Amino acid sequence: MHDALLPLSVFFASIFTSNILLTNYLGTCSFLSVSKEMKTSLGLGVAVIFVMATTTPLNWLVYEYLLLPFGLEYLRFIVFIIVIAAFVQLTEMAIERYSEPLYQSLGIFLPLITVNCAILGVSLFMVIREYSFFTSFVFGLGSGIGWFVAIIAMAGIRVKLKNAKVVPALEGPGITLIIAGFMAMAFMGFSGMIAVS
Amino acid sequence: MAKNKVRKTFLEPLGKNNPVFVQILGICSTLAVTNKLQNTMVMTLGVLFTTALSSWTISLMRNHIPSRIRMMVETMVIATFVIIVDIVLKAFYPEMWKQLGPYVGLIITNCIVMGRVEAFALQNKPMLSLVDGLASGLGYAYVLLAIAFVRELLGTGSLWGYRILGSWWTNWSIMIMPPGGFFVLAILIWIIRETIMKEASHA
Repeated sequence: MHDALLPLSVFFASIFTSNILLTNYLGTCSFLSVSKEMKTSLGLGVAVIFVMATTTPLNWLVYEYLLLPFGLEYLRFIVFIIVIAAFVQLTEMAIERYSEPLYQSLGIFLPLITVNCAILGVSLFMVIREYSFFTSFVFGLGSGIGWFVAIIAMAGIRVKLKNAKVVPALEGPGITLIIAGFMAMAFMGFSGMIAVS
Repeated sequence: MAKNKVRKTFLEPLGKNNPVFVQILGICSTLAVTNKLQNTMVMTLGVLFTTALSSWTISLMRNHIPSRIRMMVETMVIATFVIIVDIVLKAFYPEMWKQLGPYVGLIITNCIVMGRVEAFALQNKPMLSLVDGLASGLGYAYVLLAIAFVRELLGTGSLWGYRILGSWWTNWSIMIMPPGGFFVLAILIWIIRETIMKEASHA
């Protein structure tokens, strides 16, 4: 693949063909519990896009300039999670201080994000696939958007589901997982579009 | 009395309080590797090791951790054990380590580990916390191994890399692809809730 086109293909691949939620199962926990309502799904989805797009390049800088030169790659789990937690905390404080409405709609979701495995997962994938700084940013942004698309679609389906008769034992997580399975199948249809690395 | 408590702590997560079926916790990091029994085994052992030992460690320190920063301390402890798992795998089973990729690191964000530490280890004695962590890890392990069993058997006709089903078997390749994991887990939840959970709620 041509090098100049790599960020572009990574961007589309991370949204569609290798959606972080539907092909790597990352962030399933919050996906299952939050997708009950459209409004909260929107809030959490936007928060995930924001945090992924910012922490992934941040972690890239930390890994490249702090961990690699000192041979501390094995510390990356601890360092990445600290960077994510600290960044989320700072953002929450900043939003709370400067914008009350934004805090109401977005801020309350930020603490939930630290425990979302998808955020850490994206940073770890970035290291393994050896992306450049810009590609990492694009990958984080794309994965965030992919997660957003998946949770919004699921929330929409679950709104309709409220009127449907579901076997009692399947109610809640069971039926959601089955729908997620169908969504994953639908997303597999994109796989001819871009080659995934 | 004390023995009873240990027994109860050990048996509950295996049965009616199973972390996966009841709370649907912590499936993110491991579901991705359930298309092969062998990988799942290694991952669940990693989770087992991490849950048991971080519960024990946190419980030892529980009276000295300021409650405001307890999440941070817990994360550090968990991450330390995960790093141990990662380094051991990298040193002794490099092939396996490559296949598991980022998923070993993701044990840190596995909700079960953090959940047990938060809900149990902070209030209980070290040995009891160790038992609780061990039991939660086991309860988690057998569910995921069951998923991996179904997926590998139906998806490739083999188990643990050995061909089990004869040439008459047509592989359900969907099983080893991402949607398969969602379906198998959902069906498993359905079966369990329909049988075991119903009895438990009637009793």
